[in-house]
Amino acid sequence: MEFALSEDQRMLQDSISGFLKDNASLDTIRKIADGDADAKATLAAGLSEMGIMGLHVPEAAGGSGLGLLEACLVQEALGYAVTPSGFLAATVAAHVLPNAGEAYAEGVATGDMVFGLSLTELSSRRDLAGLTLKDGHVSGKTLLAMVPDSATHVLTADTDGGLHVVDTWSATAMRTIDRTRTFQELGFDHAKCEASMAQADGALEAARLLIAADTLGAAQAMLDKAVEYAKERKQFGRVIGSFQAVKHLCAEMTAKLEPARALVWHAAYAMDTGDPEAAVMANLAKAHLAEVGTFVAKTSTEVHGGMGFTDLLGLHYWFKRIGVNRQLFGSPEQARHSAAELQGFVAA
Amino acid sequence: MELSLSPEYEAFRQDVNRILTENAHLAPGPEDRGMKNPKRLAWQKFLIEKGLTARTIPKEYGGYGAEPDLLKSRIIAEEFARTGIARPMGGQGISMLVPTLLELGTPEQKEAYIRPTLHGEMIWCQGYSEPGAGSDLAALRTAAVEDGDDFIINGQKIWTSTAKQADMIFCLVRTDPDAKKHHGISYVLFPMDTPGIEVRPLVDMTENANFNEVFFTDVRVPQSGIVFEKNKGWQVANATLTHERGMLGDPNATKARFLELVELMKKETMNGERLIDNPLLRDRLVKLQGEVYAMQANGLRVTTARLKQESAGLAGLIVKLQGCELNHQIAGLAIDALGELGILYGDGDHLRADGSWQWRYMYDLGLIIGGGTAQIQKNIISERGLGMPREPKPAKV
Repeated sequence: MEFALSEDQRMLQDSISGFLKDNASLDTIRKIADGDADAKATLAAGLSEMGIMGLHVPEAAGGSGLGLLEACLVQEALGYAVTPSGFLAATVAAHVLPNAGEAYAEGVATGDMVFGLSLTELSSRRDLAGLTLKDGHVSGKTLLAMVPDSATHVLTADTDGGLHVVDTWSATAMRTIDRTRTFQELGFDHAKCEASMAQADGALEAARLLIAADTLGAAQAMLDKAVEYAKERKQFGRVIGSFQAVKHLCAEMTAKLEPARALVWHAAYAMDTGDPEAAVMANLAKAHLAEVGTFVAKTSTEVHGGMGFTDLLGLHYWFKRIGVNRQLFGSPEQARHSAAELQGFVAA
Repeated sequence: MELSLSPEYEAFRQDVNRILTENAHLAPGPEDRGMKNPKRLAWQKFLIEKGLTARTIPKEYGGYGAEPDLLKSRIIAEEFARTGIARPMGGQGISMLVPTLLELGTPEQKEAYIRPTLHGEMIWCQGYSEPGAGSDLAALRTAAVEDGDDFIINGQKIWTSTAKQADMIFCLVRTDPDAKKHHGISYVLFPMDTPGIEVRPLVDMTENANFNEVFFTDVRVPQSGIVFEKNKGWQVANATLTHERGMLGDPNATKARFLELVELMKKETMNGERLIDNPLLRDRLVKLQGEVYAMQANGLRVTTARLKQESAGLAGLIVKLQGCELNHQIAGLAIDALGELGILYGDGDHLRADGSWQWRYMYDLGLIIGGGTAQIQKNIISERGLGMPREPKPAKV
């Protein structure tokens, strides 16, 4: 029995974190949020060069053959640095594409194919949106898609739970509170499905798990920033970190975040090993990290006092990242409902 | 990361499960009350013989004498949680005094006390806290003055669990009033029937008188009762406090409690609807499940660190705080789910689960406070774990 990261896993995370430290400074993130396309493209190219897009593609298809646990470690590092990337979409695609045909998985691994992702039809279907499938073609709209600028394909869900690979779409930007990442409304007009899967094949669970890992990273960054700030900022003649009221807020964030980290690892490991509880755990991880993340986002901002509320420190980028992650791929209530259904607490 | 167990351990798990389920009829139930109830004592003896408790304590002291194996200990704890069969005896004698004696006791102390304690025949109470020394334990003042080979003890203890039933006490006393706060304290063992000891029950909010005040008036006890060395009691006590805090955040116990709540909500109905079919209650249930799973995974992390003889770091420091809060919340949801019936207590036809949810809800508040309050735990996490500065000492008056 060993419940700890291996040396290789730690090195993987360290190398991504190191790259992001050098290439995704707050200054860069600020530029991206302000619409600097060059800054965004440079960062995206750098991440692709690190070879992470094919991380979850099987080795037989030319990928690294690593599990969702490793993917979560990368996603955590991306969240820590509030970095936009196509990694989540690429990884969810890699998770289901082997079922659609080897060519797609290979395409992701070589970088010839760049995938976007839109799964809202699986969890949050709305009026004035929805995809229907007819004769191997999809039509309709889907919301809040995560589509890299260089995307060649989109993995999208129809209203009956099927997944499709499509290469033609129209896009309209959807602005969210988080300006570091772009979200889009996609339109499909009788677009040919290059490949289709009748079942969602764990795509939603994988996406929920990865977004939990992203929140874990962003929340850890906010906790670290709060502790660092509290050790430096002086009020009433002493550093505020020596006040119990402030220390206790930091301890409470820690006490919530450490078990949450273990939950993400455990859920990812369960997904990778085909544990019967894996889907339940992925949903619990999504919901729990949403709650813990929200608590940390609020509390860390408070520890920073008035400065936390300003644009000057940039703390709000993390606050918003966590806020958007909370709703993406389903709210905590929706993820808990999925977990309840999977366990038979409620009829599916 | 490797969570599957080797065939040896899987076989061990099956053995444990078989022993427990085949002998479940021997286990005491809620009706077998009292610390020295014959059925409880017999069950304890049985569990020790089978190696399901006191597992690593040497045979010569009445234990099972197995090599330490954290995984086997964990498997045993998990099987007790999974089967819901009565656990081995706990209590401060077993969980705190025995490990202390094994580490620091004299051969005579080990010989005299460990075996009867493990077998539940010798009940201990812990004389740590005083009215003026709770979380600030080192402020204790109960004085032990040397008189030949004896000490004469005067002072008062409080929050002393099971003092009424206890045969013996392990007690912190001040043996050098001139030394600095943490020095000059000794850790002494003596019988509770020594003349001059008066125990007054303190009824707590659960209506039980588990806690007591203990008064010492010219109590004469032999100095041979000192564990380790005179004036070094603080180190001795600290060794056992670590055990206590670990015990107060057992994720297996929390998981077992959560599963009980799921069963309750599946069985119990209100207005013809199962409680679990109520979407609001179900959402709260699954919310807690996320925390339970997180604590369980955190526990795996702590166990792994111990297996590797590494520090579990933050993952270890947060166990007591999170575990106690979570237990309290689970009981709180059970009471809310029961609705109006959730306020019943004691006995009566409509009481559910013997009133245990209500009892736990209240008792857990004591656990959040005891063994270092939640606030003290937060100080430990922030100062030792996050490296935040200590609270400056107030100016001397």
